[in-house]
Amino acid sequence: MWILRINMTDRSYQLEDVPKAYKLLGGRGLTSTIIHDEVPPLCHPLGPNNKLVFAPGIVTGTAAPTSARISVGAKSPLTNTIKESNAGSGWPPALAAMRIKALVVEGQREQKGKFWMLSLSWDQTEGKPKVEFLPADEYVGQDLYEVYPKLFERFGKVNIGSIGFAGESLYSNSGVAFADLAGRPSRYAGRGGLGAVMGSKGLKFIVLDRKSAPGVEIADKALFDEGRKKLTDALRTADITKPKGALNTYGTAVLINIMNEAGGLPANNFSSGRFEGAPNIAGEAIFEGNKERLGKELYNHACSPGCIIQCSNTWHKPDGTEHVSCVEYESDWALGANCGIDDLDKIAELVRLCNAYGLDTIEAGTTIAVAMEAGLAEFGDGKKAIELMHEMGKGTPLGRILGNGTDAAAHVLGVVRSPVVKGQSMPAYEPRAVKGIGITYATSTMGADHTAGYTINPEILGVSGKTDPLSPEGKAEVSRAFQAATAFITDTTGHCLFIAFAMDIESCFEGIVDEVNGVLGTHYTVDDIAKLGAEILRKERAFNEAAGLTKVHDRLPEFMKYEKLPPHNNVYDVPDEALDAVYGEL
Amino acid sequence: MKVDVKLFGTLAQSVSGPILAHYPQGIRAGSLLEVELPEDSTLADLVAHLSLPTEELKLTFVNGRPQELDYRLAPGDEVGIFSPVGGG
Ligand code: SF4
Repeated sequence: MWILRINMTDRSYQLEDVPKAYKLLGGRGLTSTIIHDEVPPLCHPLGPNNKLVFAPGIVTGTAAPTSARISVGAKSPLTNTIKESNAGSGWPPALAAMRIKALVVEGQREQKGKFWMLSLSWDQTEGKPKVEFLPADEYVGQDLYEVYPKLFERFGKVNIGSIGFAGESLYSNSGVAFADLAGRPSRYAGRGGLGAVMGSKGLKFIVLDRKSAPGVEIADKALFDEGRKKLTDALRTADITKPKGALNTYGTAVLINIMNEAGGLPANNFSSGRFEGAPNIAGEAIFEGNKERLGKELYNHACSPGCIIQCSNTWHKPDGTEHVSCVEYESDWALGANCGIDDLDKIAELVRLCNAYGLDTIEAGTTIAVAMEAGLAEFGDGKKAIELMHEMGKGTPLGRILGNGTDAAAHVLGVVRSPVVKGQSMPAYEPRAVKGIGITYATSTMGADHTAGYTINPEILGVSGKTDPLSPEGKAEVSRAFQAATAFITDTTGHCLFIAFAMDIESCFEGIVDEVNGVLGTHYTVDDIAKLGAEILRKERAFNEAAGLTKVHDRLPEFMKYEKLPPHNNVYDVPDEALDAVYGEL
Repeated sequence: MKVDVKLFGTLAQSVSGPILAHYPQGIRAGSLLEVELPEDSTLADLVAHLSLPTEELKLTFVNGRPQELDYRLAPGDEVGIFSPVGGG
């Protein structure tokens, strides 16, 4: 296994043996460790001293189910904190198959505005990856839906990682996009502006050709197989994850109705917890709408090889042709409910434009909602929202403001209700109606991030326990436990977060631990997992502290403390001491 | 007494019994159903009244608050019933 270092200053590379200290890491555990060890915390995120790190999970590239995830890490231009954002596609297993444990992009292009692509393939005679730099200028400034087919035509069956116009333009809202299994530019490590970090280095694409690559080494095959069988059984049995279960049928947008019912679906820029149009944009409506337009039922597909949950949907136009994949819950909410838009065709177009331009759908939607509050458009005006999205995609002065995210737009436009923590906008759960998720937003090392500690499971969905969403009691412990577990069990192993929906089946957790021990030859127990996760969080926290963040940054925006949120008319009432206890007692 | 009921996930298609006669267009996820129940009925009584398959039923809300099946309903309550759901 290697660490592949790419220097964009002189376009050289080094293939290093994995140091002992990194051998048992992968995914977020590895990206965050490398950033902690090597990136000066006070560096400018878009300057030459930041590093962009790609690391497949520990079991990524093996036959472990639902595990084809890549962690992308750097210091974030959106939050100024350490950042890990992950995505599933064919790209992560391809990198792992070439035995690259981490790809570290360093330095910075010398010529402003110049873009390169990196091509990695397997050199069979040398028995190692072959690294090439090729000019990418001809693809700059274009819609990714137009660019991807050109790359497939040129390189054949490859896996693509890329940035769009947003990353090229160094927007703080810019993701790293990967091709899904049908070649769409739709799988995003979206959060935190990592596309801009890649853009700042002058790197436009990373193209992987895994042909003849040897694949991932497994220390104890029998144990690994036992683990993957346990996990597979759990995922095939749990109601949410099984074939034709909730995720496979309705997609992640099945959450729209339940969050609305619970009064925790942020609407019209976080001014209400209920949205009248919710049923029109929910997962059930997507399923029914497709059925009507296609004349048959359509179940969802996998975003990445080996996923047996298969939650990714495709929305179709009235004539039955494809409009976009994928309308995720977060995108559906951010560009729908939070902008007051209840028309799935408009939402689908907004998602498509985010994919085309290289924008994170969450940050884009929350920014447009802030712009609506400032009077640039009416809430509910989908047509105007599409126009604002094009401004971002064209790089007009207004577009550049909006492209720098929710908080930047709120500052420029004079909007007090800016729903961000550490500069990153909140996703689709209202903290005033679901107190625990607010603790995760406030304290996560990543800024407002639901995936960092998904307390929605016990607070709303009745998975891994059941607690009252409106009560602040005991929620610091819940958030801390979820943050620590997540850092390892999904983000470091390389499993998709959605395996957590099978956690009430005991073999789910055990299976993952067996898989990890099988691949690494370790002897971790189920009880070790939280400790391993906590270690990762401590490194991230240490980086953030050295970057100048203190506990005053672990707070929700002030308006949530004095504006009562309908329908429950609650404010955010988790005391600061409870927030401080999350990491204070880690 | 009358309560307002909405069914979500797979449950909208699972309703059976006389109530269907009132909704000739069929029942969709989130359609508002006005259901007449005897006074003092519980959520469990409502579920039985709609002949919902209990094995498909996971979460119940009354007026936006999670409640268990033994919860006693009051006139005008707004009820939401869900099959198991997850996402992110
Ligand atoms: S569950 Fe969904 S998001 Fe996760 S890996 Fe599978 S298809 Fe992708």
